[in-house]
Order: sequence, then C-alpha cells, then structure tokens
Amino acid sequence: MANDKTKRVIIEPVTRVEGHGKVSILLDEKNNVTQARLHIVEFRGFERFVQGRPYWEVPVLVQRLCGICPVSHHLCAAKAMDLIVGVDKLTPTAEKMRRLMHYGQTYQSHALHFFHLVSPDLLFGFDADPAIRNVIGVAAKFPDLAVQGVMMRKYGQEIIKATAGKKIHGTGAIPGGINKNLTIEERDGFLKDLDQQLEWCRAALKIAKDYTLEHLAELADFGSFDSNHLSIVREDGAMDLYDGNLRAIDAEGKKIFDQVDPRDYHTVLQEEVRSWSYMKFPFLQKLGPQKGWYRVGPLARINCCDFIDTPEAEAARKEFVEATGNKTCNVTMAYHWTRIIELLHAGEKIKELLHDADLQGTDLLAKGERRGEAAAILEAPRGTLIHHYKVNEDDQVTMANLIVSTTHNNEPMNQAVRKVAADHISGKAEITEGLLNHVEVAIRAYDPCLSCATHALGKMPLEVTLLNADGQVVDHKAT
Amino acid sequence: MSNTITFTIDGVEVTGQPGQTIMEAADAAGIYIPRLCALEELSPHGSCRVCTVMVNGRPQAACTQPIADGMVVENDTEQILAIRRDIIDMLFVEGNHFCMFCEKSGNCELQALAYRFGIAAPRFPYLFPKRDIDATHPDIFIDRNRCILCGRCVRASRDIDGKNVFEFVGRGFEKRVAVNAEANLADTDAAATDEAVNVCPTGALLKKRVGYAVPVGQRKYDHKPIGSEIEKK
Ligand code: FES
Repeated sequence: MANDKTKRVIIEPVTRVEGHGKVSILLDEKNNVTQARLHIVEFRGFERFVQGRPYWEVPVLVQRLCGICPVSHHLCAAKAMDLIVGVDKLTPTAEKMRRLMHYGQTYQSHALHFFHLVSPDLLFGFDADPAIRNVIGVAAKFPDLAVQGVMMRKYGQEIIKATAGKKIHGTGAIPGGINKNLTIEERDGFLKDLDQQLEWCRAALKIAKDYTLEHLAELADFGSFDSNHLSIVREDGAMDLYDGNLRAIDAEGKKIFDQVDPRDYHTVLQEEVRSWSYMKFPFLQKLGPQKGWYRVGPLARINCCDFIDTPEAEAARKEFVEATGNKTCNVTMAYHWTRIIELLHAGEKIKELLHDADLQGTDLLAKGERRGEAAAILEAPRGTLIHHYKVNEDDQVTMANLIVSTTHNNEPMNQAVRKVAADHISGKAEITEGLLNHVEVAIRAYDPCLSCATHALGKMPLEVTLLNADGQVVDHKAT
Repeated sequence: MSNTITFTIDGVEVTGQPGQTIMEAADAAGIYIPRLCALEELSPHGSCRVCTVMVNGRPQAACTQPIADGMVVENDTEQILAIRRDIIDMLFVEGNHFCMFCEKSGNCELQALAYRFGIAAPRFPYLFPKRDIDATHPDIFIDRNRCILCGRCVRASRDIDGKNVFEFVGRGFEKRVAVNAEANLADTDAAATDEAVNVCPTGALLKKRVGYAVPVGQRKYDHKPIGSEIEKK
C-alpha cells in the first residue's frame, strides 16, 4: 500500500492542492540528493478554452489565466492581436499608454514581491522563526517600510486603472491600439506623488544592495548554479520590458543568439515534456534539452541587456555589474537586487511617460491588413512571456501557445531546490526546519507565479517529500 | 366613457390611454418595470417574465397586460423583487455568461439588471450548457452561450428589417435561435446595419471587431443603473 502511494507521488504529483508549492527530493543509497522536483500546477486549460473565441476577445479573456500578472497577459495578447490585425506600429499615444500600463504593472508587482514576500527574509534572516519572518513581522518592527510597500503597490495599481480601465481585468489594450488616453487630471494625480515614489524606490534599492553585499559570502552559493539567460532587448541592446527581440547568453555572457524576432521564437526555443510534470520545459534549441535550459526574469534581463536607458537604474546596474566582477551573474539570490533595479527603472519610465504629451493624444487606433498568425513577446515582471496565436478567416482563434515566465524558470527552480537540498541534507534522510526555510527562500527568489507564492502573509505554504532510492517516502513535512 | 384609464402602481395613481400595456403606462409615468424581452420599438413578446407584476393579486407580465380602470398593480414589493431575482438568477445559470471577459460587459442589460438587483453570484448551480458560436458572417457573430431567448432579434429582423433572418427552433432546454439558412449566418442576408444586431440585450448577437472599443467608465451602465432613464422622466 505504502509503495503504491509513493509511486503516485512520483508519477502523478500535480495534485491540485491550491496554494501549496510541492517539492519532492530523491535520495540515493547514501542519502545524497540525486534530484529535486518542484511540482507546479499550471493552467494549460486556457489554450483549449480560447479555441473558437473571436480574436479581439483574447486580450481580455486571457487575463483569467493568471490572477497574479493579468496585465502582462493582457498586453502580450494585445501585441499578438496587433499583428493579427496587420498593425506593426501603434500610434504614439497607444504605444505609450500601453507602456505606462506595463511599467505600472511591473512597479506594483516588484514592490509587492519585495516588501511583502522578500523583505521578511532579508530583514530577519532566512532562519528566523516563520512566525516573525512575514509581512506582519515587518509591519510590527519596520512600520514605515510596510506602509511604503502598500503605497507603492497602490501607485502601480492606480496606473493600471487609469490605462486599462480597471485594476484587474481591464480592457484598455485592444487590437491595433488602446481605448483611452490619459487625462490631464489623471496625469497630475500621478505626478503629485511621483517624487515620493522614486524616493522609496531608492530606499528599497539600498536595502537590497546593502543586504546582498553584506551577505555576499553566504548568498553567492545559495541555490546558485551556472546557467544560460534569456530576455528581450531593444535593437540597441537596451533593456526594454515592453518590446524587443530575443537575446540569449551563456553563463559567461557569450551570446548564443541575438535580435531574434519574436515571430521566430520557435526557431530558437523548444519545449520538452516530462512525464512527471504537466508543465513543459523549454530549452534553447541550439544547445538541446540537457544544456539548453535558461533563466528569465530580472537577473536574466540585467545580464542580457547592454545598458538601461534611464539614468538612475543604469547607475544601479553598473554598481551591480561591478559587484559581480563585471561578469554575468549566476547567483540566485541576486534576483532580489536586480528586481529592485527594475523597480527603479519602472519608476523612472513612469516619470518619463507622464511628462510626454503624447499620452493626451487622441489618435488611439491603427489599422492594417488581417493576418492569420502572430507571436508576440514581452518581459512580464517574472520574466519573458510568449503568446502565439492562429486566427481563421472567421476571426476565431484556432491555436494558442503560451510560454509563461514560470515555465521558462521551471528547470532553474528545480536546480535551485536541488542545490539547497544537497547543501542541507548531506547524509541524513530528514527534512529539517532549516531545509524547509531554505527551499522556500530559493524558490521565492524566482518569484514564481504559484498561487502560493503570493500568499497574503508572505509565507509560502510548502510541502516537501523526501524519497529514498526505492521511491519510498522517508519524510514529509509541510509548512 | 372617458378617454383615459386610471389605475395604481404601488399605490400611486397612474393614468394611461386605452390599449396601453402596464409597462407602457408605467414608462410614461416614470415608473421603471424591469424587462429583457420587451423593447419599445418591438411588439411585446412576454417571454422573459422579468417584468412580472401583481395585478389585482395575480402575477402578470407587464409588457403584455393591457391596463384597465381601477387596476391595482404591485411593482416594487419584496415578493415581486424576489420573483424577478430568481428569474435573473436562472437566466445566468442557464447560459454561459462570463461577464468578466464579455465584450458586452457594461452595456449588457442582463448584467445591469443583476447589478440593480444586487446579485453578486447566482444562488443556483451553473448548468454550463454546450452552446455554439456562429462566426461565419464577415461582420456579425452569434455567441449562443450568451443568448437568453428573448426573441428581440427574431422580431426586429422580421418587423423592422423585413428579413426573417432569425427563428426559434427546438423546445425547452433545447430551444435556440436558428438562422434562416441551410447552414450558417453567412448564408443569410443579414447585414451589420440590421436593427436585429442592435437590439440584443446581451452579447449573443454582436458586430464583429468592435470588442472593447469603449473604455471602462464610459459604458452605458458604468455610472447609471438600468432603468434610470425611465425613472428620471
Ligand atoms: S419584458 Fe415582459 S416578459 Fe420579458
């Protein structure tokens, strides 16, 4: 009986326990870690659900896919549908409104992640009692910081509302453009609070930077490993979260490919299916499934880009690059620092856009010749997001393929968990408090879009199962 | 015989003309009676029953019932509101109404009624029927997931457009709006300019490629509840 159960855990692990990150760790005879797997429930159902729906519905419909970054899906689908309606270039007002929406989303997402989820780890230490190591603990000990987090999140959400129409499930981006501009009143409302917001970004950057530099010795190795990195970059190599072409680099920073048009993503990326997970494992086609996996998200973006086109974030990037010895950074925990560099970048971009009169323009929609297929890419807060659709002559979607950031980071998260587990188990087939804490911290660095990852209290509900060489469960603990 | 008819709605005296329905007289008096199948420019149909009122103590459809002298009509009572709420609830679970991504959201009469009645989520179990889409026409599409069988399109096509594009087929749970062609909407003489396309209270019959052109905040029911245009008369 017990064996049956064990098998079920291994082969069909993705039981739908909402809100729990499930990890299984496999040991060899000597109780060394051979493998670690993070089981993620992913909503693949969308790709079927969207079939037959009219294409203009998709940017709104797709937001149902993920309650965590709906705006990224909204914009990525809209970008694909721009191409479907034959629009390669939006009007300046439409392009800038969309960008404002995207930076607003990035801003609120990064702020939420940092203040609510990460700051407890950094302020209290990974090994602190989880009863304190949460956002409530932060609010009690550092009340100003907790308030900042809330205010920054709200600022980003208000930008989303002003551009998309609603904080969640807005309709702003439509095929070929946008359905509204930014009124002067809306603009002035945001400008009023902007300096304070940027001040808070700088303060957050200092926390992330100082922490990383102070703890560099222990962090450098924590869940770290060499990997390739992928993101889109602008034509001139600048970081661009909304639009650009694909670039992949290896662990040393050598380019694997560069400036690949989003429409050709399938010529450089492939997806592998593994028996134990519903989630696919993408890899760089050129390197194959074994060596071709890569990381996406803030760390990958900072690694991939040549520069950032806003002054303060660029200065912060330079400091980061200097701290990592002018080399590509492969430190998992560096995600936090780079995420805050992007937070500041998003803040600076919001400023730039708010001062641009194009946002009050009235030319909102472009038109073109209908096409049957399109793929679009943007950099969501958590990483590269790919939407690919086919639309028939009756305007119905016949095919959808989405690759979300958590899917790109699937293998890296497994690697991080394996690394942390290996460092903590060493010969003892037992799940300790320390192991649980460290696995949680390592997964969190990637900001995966598990529903559990954004648990209201900032505590990630986690289930860890330890399996011996015979596949028997030798220990199981949940937080 | 005088040329006016006097009756009461919720104790308020209302006068109307002979031949008027309760709904018509109430509209003229600035009293809103909720409705889904009725529409001023169309002949009454009496099918949705959202307009149910008590007439001398008996439930009647206000959109079809003619007025009479001394009639006692109850419109705004707990009992009536409960009946209407149940009907709206049932309409929601009988179809596949996903307001959160429907392009008619904010302009939809069914949704607006639900808001007016304070319905956040239906109390009955969803039936999730299997319904189809007809997107064959170059400019119009039918999404039967959202059809409430009000028959507005049937009447508008027949009586205003003079085309007879739509017709009901089937009975009971199988009843649906069919098109007057061998196969699909594309094979009819329907056009995007037809009144039939404008009268759908939900998102079942729509012009293509309009989508979400009107931003949130500027849609028909974003600021004023359904019925307020009658109440302010
Ligand atoms: S409005 Fe009277 S029955 Fe529908």
